[in-house]
Amino acid sequence: MTDAVLEARAISKLYGHVQALSDVNFTVRAGEVVALIGDNGAGKSTLVKILSGTEMPTEGELLIDGRPVHISNPSEARRNGIETVYQDLALAPHLNPVQNMYLGREVMRKGLAGHLGFMNNGEMLRGSKAAFDDLGATVRNYAGSIGAMSGGQKQAVAVARAAAWAKKVILLDEPTAALGVVQTKNVLELIRRVRDRGLGVVFISHSMPHVMDVADEVQVMRLGRRVATFRAKDTNMEELVGAMTGAVTQEGHA
Amino acid sequence: MSTSSTETKAETAPVLEDAPSGRLARIARLQALQIVIVLALIVVIFSVMKPNSFLTVFNIRGIVINTSILAVLGVGMTYVIITGGIDLSVGSVLVFSGVVADKAMAGMGGQGWGTAFVGLLVALVAGFVWGLINGSLIARAKVPPLIVTLGSLGMALGLAQVITKGVDLRDVPSVLVNDIGFGNVFWQVPTLSVIAAVVIVIGIIVLHRTRFGMYTYAVGSNPEAGRRVGMNVDLHLIKVYVISGVLAGLAGFLNLAFFQSTTVGGQSNTNLNVIAGVVIGGTSLFGGYGSIFGSIIGLFIPATLQDGFVIVGIQPFWQQVVVGAVLIAAVYVDQTRRASALRGGTRPRLNRLLTRPSGSS
Repeated sequence: MTDAVLEARAISKLYGHVQALSDVNFTVRAGEVVALIGDNGAGKSTLVKILSGTEMPTEGELLIDGRPVHISNPSEARRNGIETVYQDLALAPHLNPVQNMYLGREVMRKGLAGHLGFMNNGEMLRGSKAAFDDLGATVRNYAGSIGAMSGGQKQAVAVARAAAWAKKVILLDEPTAALGVVQTKNVLELIRRVRDRGLGVVFISHSMPHVMDVADEVQVMRLGRRVATFRAKDTNMEELVGAMTGAVTQEGHA
Repeated sequence: MSTSSTETKAETAPVLEDAPSGRLARIARLQALQIVIVLALIVVIFSVMKPNSFLTVFNIRGIVINTSILAVLGVGMTYVIITGGIDLSVGSVLVFSGVVADKAMAGMGGQGWGTAFVGLLVALVAGFVWGLINGSLIARAKVPPLIVTLGSLGMALGLAQVITKGVDLRDVPSVLVNDIGFGNVFWQVPTLSVIAAVVIVIGIIVLHRTRFGMYTYAVGSNPEAGRRVGMNVDLHLIKVYVISGVLAGLAGFLNLAFFQSTTVGGQSNTNLNVIAGVVIGGTSLFGGYGSIFGSIIGLFIPATLQDGFVIVGIQPFWQQVVVGAVLIAAVYVDQTRRASALRGGTRPRLNRLLTRPSGSS
């Protein structure tokens, strides 16, 4: 087993008097897909918000490559090599795939033209094609707007964008929730390829078959705690559902 | 960006198709093209009916000059509407800027370029300040643009009337009137229109070629997407309203040169005329989509109709009726375009005729 690329230690999160997370430990290794599962309200989304910098933990710390880091907003998370694919995609539907790929990170032209705000569109198109090719993502039309594309294509662009910029970890918040069968298969394939490039992948899903399909490790949350960790090849769906519902307990929490 | 590992390509060969990225295709995608056809039809009809009076240099010059000041406002309005906002205050800011510029020039005295230049500067600063007020309230205080600019519409006009005590000022240096208001750059090409054309060209380049322009579309398309990638969405919105304000200031100065008067009472419909032109030109009120080129064509339609109706002897009041209908039709077209885009859609029929098909979708 390789070392953890991203580690959350003893994370607690309070919203007023509501304890959303209590003393949660969570690790992601490079080149592995970690599925994060749990029933609604188990704390998955809260944990992802903390990892992606959208929320700050009340207690606990985050480590990247074993070094403590302070992440208080999404930009800092990105600077630390963590990219997030949000459930609602967070793409600009009127822009094309290239513009979305580079939004906020445009490649400017050299010299005066760049200072005047002119972008190096050729370079960005090359970079986007390389990134999509790299993952085998299907993009039919680099000049068309994202809004006119199918859900699967949008999700492919979102995943490819995250994969292209992430240096350490990709967080995927229910990336297959709104997709059809074939599109889901493609996205899961994308996730495997991202993993094979050596990134750590956190995959949140409600779908047990998808989890079993793509995950190397499964971490189960229940009522704001991590209650179990399984190697995907050593477990089965009954065990996972049991851990989610509390029928099976593994970690010795009170 | 990582561009390593090439072995993954093999199995599912990516479908790479650089479909419509050519110039023709890009233009064809714009709803603006349809409105060019409408304008061309209008021109043809009037030309056939009264070839000797409609299609004259003098008459065309009149239409162009009547559209020039609105076009300057239309450039700023296009940016604002692409962000999903609206600026109702442009007419009042135009008046206010003209009034303070007039006051400044009167205070300085003289009929020369020095005085005119100070007037220009004052007008631009006045527009800048109103734009900053609008933008800050919209972006930071999160008051809806409709309400903010409705408020500043009243405030700018009210203050202009307080300053003038309700009587139009006419302290315009003679160089301004002769060289800009009525002057030609050469032949029958009005200076006023050349200034407007420069503003339009710069506006188009910035909107379609620069990062600033792309951010304008991004803010209108999905501000949350911008925020998540670290864009300063609020600051961008403020800049866009400042552009609209500064251009309204410039329009106020040009208006002063053209009418030799602050026209305090004469701009009450200017904002709506500009918005109508922008929307007729295909810019979506829902944000994220539009073009300055379309707005300019959209502004020419009312001006051409007005002129043409007078020439062919139809009551010019019909212009308002026709423009109203065109406006509704334009928004209807935008709605159907948006709906088809949401369905995962096909491109507009006209576009399909003009570009090669982009494979299966």
